[in-house]
Amino acid sequence: MSAVLDTHGHADHGYHPGGIMRWITTTNHKDIGTLYLWFSFIMFMVGGVMALVIRLELFSPGLQWVDPDFFNQMTTMHGLIMVFGAIMPAFVGFANWLIPMMIGAPDMAFARMNNWSFWILPFAAALLVISFFTPGGAPGVGWTMYAPLTVQMGMGMDLTIFAVHLLGMSSIMGSINIITTILNLRAPGMGLMRMPLFCWTWLITAYLLVATMPVLAGAVTMTLTDRHFGTTFFNAAGGGDPVLYQHIFWFFGHPEVYIIALPAFGVVSQVIPAFARKPLFGYASMVSATAGIAILSFIVWAHHMYTVGMPVAGQLFFMYATALIAVPTGVKVFNWVATMWKGSLSFETPMLFAVGFLFLFTLGGFTGLVLSLAAVDIQLHDTYYVVAHFHYVMAIGAVFAGYAGVYFWLPKWTGRMYDEALGKWHFWLSVIFINITFFVQHFAGLAGMPRRIPDYPMMFEVWNKISSVGAFGFGISQLLFLYIIVSAIRSGEKAPDKPWEGADSLEWTHLPTPAPRHSFHTPPVLK
Amino acid sequence: MASSSARRTAAWALGILGAAFSGLALGLEWNLQPAVTRIAADIHDVHTYVMVLVSVIFAGVFGVMFYSVFAHRKDKGHQAAQWHENTTVEVLWTAIPLVILVVIAWPVTKVVVAQKDTSNPDLTIKVTGYQWKWGYDYIKGEGEGISFISALATPRDQIEGRAPKGEHYLLEVDHEMVVPVGKKVRVLTTAADVIHSWWIPAFGVKQDAMPGFIRDLHFRAEKAGVYRGQCVELCGKEHGFMPIVVRVVSQDEYSKWVGEHKKALAAAADDPARTWTLDELKRRGEQVYAANCVACHQASGKGTPPVFPALDGSPVVNGPRQAQIDIVLNGKPNTPMAAFGGQLNDVELAAVITFTRNNWGNRIGDQVLPAEVKALRK
Ligand code: HEC
Ligand code: HEM
Ligand SMILES: [Cu+2]
Ligand SMILES: [Cu+2]
Repeated sequence: MSAVLDTHGHADHGYHPGGIMRWITTTNHKDIGTLYLWFSFIMFMVGGVMALVIRLELFSPGLQWVDPDFFNQMTTMHGLIMVFGAIMPAFVGFANWLIPMMIGAPDMAFARMNNWSFWILPFAAALLVISFFTPGGAPGVGWTMYAPLTVQMGMGMDLTIFAVHLLGMSSIMGSINIITTILNLRAPGMGLMRMPLFCWTWLITAYLLVATMPVLAGAVTMTLTDRHFGTTFFNAAGGGDPVLYQHIFWFFGHPEVYIIALPAFGVVSQVIPAFARKPLFGYASMVSATAGIAILSFIVWAHHMYTVGMPVAGQLFFMYATALIAVPTGVKVFNWVATMWKGSLSFETPMLFAVGFLFLFTLGGFTGLVLSLAAVDIQLHDTYYVVAHFHYVMAIGAVFAGYAGVYFWLPKWTGRMYDEALGKWHFWLSVIFINITFFVQHFAGLAGMPRRIPDYPMMFEVWNKISSVGAFGFGISQLLFLYIIVSAIRSGEKAPDKPWEGADSLEWTHLPTPAPRHSFHTPPVLK
Repeated sequence: MASSSARRTAAWALGILGAAFSGLALGLEWNLQPAVTRIAADIHDVHTYVMVLVSVIFAGVFGVMFYSVFAHRKDKGHQAAQWHENTTVEVLWTAIPLVILVVIAWPVTKVVVAQKDTSNPDLTIKVTGYQWKWGYDYIKGEGEGISFISALATPRDQIEGRAPKGEHYLLEVDHEMVVPVGKKVRVLTTAADVIHSWWIPAFGVKQDAMPGFIRDLHFRAEKAGVYRGQCVELCGKEHGFMPIVVRVVSQDEYSKWVGEHKKALAAAADDPARTWTLDELKRRGEQVYAANCVACHQASGKGTPPVFPALDGSPVVNGPRQAQIDIVLNGKPNTPMAAFGGQLNDVELAAVITFTRNNWGNRIGDQVLPAEVKALRK
């Protein structure tokens, strides 16, 4: 191991405010990464409480706790907050912390813009929360915000639209920063094909973001003008078409699911080799599979629209294109399994979450293949089967990859170890409860339970009871995660420089633990 | 220690769960509903076929992974190999999935094509989604001209837990759609306000109802019976409460139903020429109000402000008749207040307006005549 540790301290870089001002004015990629991660965890809790309100109401048939309007608001805000507030910022947080260290750069390319990218987020979140207190409350239209229902909403809808604009701006700025950093700031000798896979998945994700966030902004802006300025983009009476909204939304929406998934793939591709003590299998094919998925993701959007009434040719085209994504996705899964094969495996918490990801994400991938079949989706569209499917890939896939990453890099970030036994408890409790929550939803969906309903026919009662019990169990188990992290930061054991035997990217091999506030002011020497 | 106890607890929990799920699955609805049309049966078959295929693949891939998890462990002293590429394997596992996809796509394509073939129907029915009920118009074939609105029949008391829930809780309507067995029925879907979606699982049909556009679907039910579904596109507050019920009957029964329906329609027809007393209009208006307005304006007339305004004490309701007729007839654009001109006839409109002007705290004492409504229709 060539440990040329970059330890020379840069205590003084001019202005260094303390306290809260440190966080507000920071341009340090590590501080900003930390901000993103805490923000995301807070949003995860807020969105989680909303999910529990939904599950509470659905515990029994009948209306018990909330009225249908508020129920719809909960579904909408849960979806928006989880996607835009919890999952996406979490992975941007990882990107900020890790990309500069992984490629041997001193910081992100645009350090000041980086500060802005983050500090826009709390304002967007505030708009979403304020919308609950406007006349008519938050919009009850679903996270997809389909027209023309959006036209009937109160001003909470406008606040949500502005929030989406802000979130989009933040994502675009973050992405430009990531692209520029990766393309321009790599240490000499760090060729593109030598980068850790995490950097590759983020590079491609950043391009997806730059390409699709403006499309979403367009869709919601058209909604805004339809609401207030007399346009009729989505209103047939004025020559518009409500289906147009769906095309625009899903042209953003499908790449969005890969925006969530690809960084998760990246994290897992760092963790699995480290605990297999064996290099990632098929690095080059991993890179091309990632690019292939990203390109295909632009031509499959209408698989969310098999029931709007497309012609046969449309149904078939989108079905074939969607099924095709299974090929590069399959390549990834095979590569991860091949990385483990004949390794020297150990199962510390990060590896448990990574293997959990691999197994459960693939399960969600297979139900995705089932849904891609237009004929079958006619039965399953807008039922709980879909809810189960996307929670397997997002709420389990992305979240488990996120947990794997946090446990893996926590020592690097804080210089402290978490409690391994508690970490394992966190994994097992999570994996059991989340499957109780979502597995049964496949059955409810197959048997015919529509999604986004506050009350349901009697035959779905048992499935919903099980699911609600699982959801509360999962929710409570996440408090254990909070406890583990806080106690590691406060009083965890000191971490060795390289706590994971098989970790081999620059942040482990060329920097001390914890990582100094400023790293790689002089680029590392790579052979 | 704690970690191995975590693992042991987990193993137990997983075992118990597995047993519980398989036990439950035997006793509960857990798969697609029994098919009543050829297409629904085909969907069922394709789904089973694909599930078997992917389950085998899943078991294969994760069989390998779990073997590795148990055999290639550091604590068993396994040394890590260092290879990280193998072109043959990589080409194979790209090509084989492609072949499997073709094998899957072929039967599915046939079903997709059949689903879209709405030609040569025996009966054509237009279905209109309203917030929050369905309108049915028989437009071609036996029964032509029949037209009715179909709304949830489950009493509010059951929903709010003041009465025990019935067998068909949330899946029962006041007027069922009736079709003859074995006939090809084409359903045209559209909507008056926002997008709704018409779904009968047993028929394997689901089609969004788009405001301002007409889409279609078709089915040929092979077995008499009552089949139930729900709206499956979020359409606002009462989205969960607008079920769809189709009664499939023999040809004879169908002809009888058509005859009776037409007779009943003629008898109950609101005769606009007749002179209505204030009390008669109010009584009729109360029914119309209960069927069309309570979801938003509430039985109490208090609405749920600020979204749904109160009619009790409303300046519009207590103001000039013309303005009130106008809003009920033509609705208010960009709000949930729909134009009822297309759904209700002149008598119904006159009745419901008269009712609201003379109920709760409103005491105008005048009556709106059907002729007045007729005159204001555009
Ligand atoms: C889908 C919900 C909905 C239904 C059903 C509905 N309304 Fe309304 N109604 C509204 C809304 C929302 C408004 C307020 C429109 C606005 O913003 O001015 C309204 C306004 C009105 C007004 C004007 C009241 C005022 O003070 O401005 C009248 C009168 C009225 N409705 C009568 C009726 C009648 C009669 C029916 C039944 C035939 C009915 N509505 C059914 C939602 C509904
Ligand atoms: C882990 C705990 C979670 C629980 C118990 C939970 C539960 C639910 C429930 C009950 C619904 C409503 C389904 C419906 O009525 O259609 C829902 C919707 C949704 N959830 Fe979650 N969820 C969780 C986590 C997540 C996460 C982490 C994401 C991240 C991406 C997420 C994304 C969504 C989305 C996008 C919707 C759709 C909202 C809509 O219908 O508009 N959920 N969830
Ligand atoms: Cu998609
Ligand atoms: Cu609906």
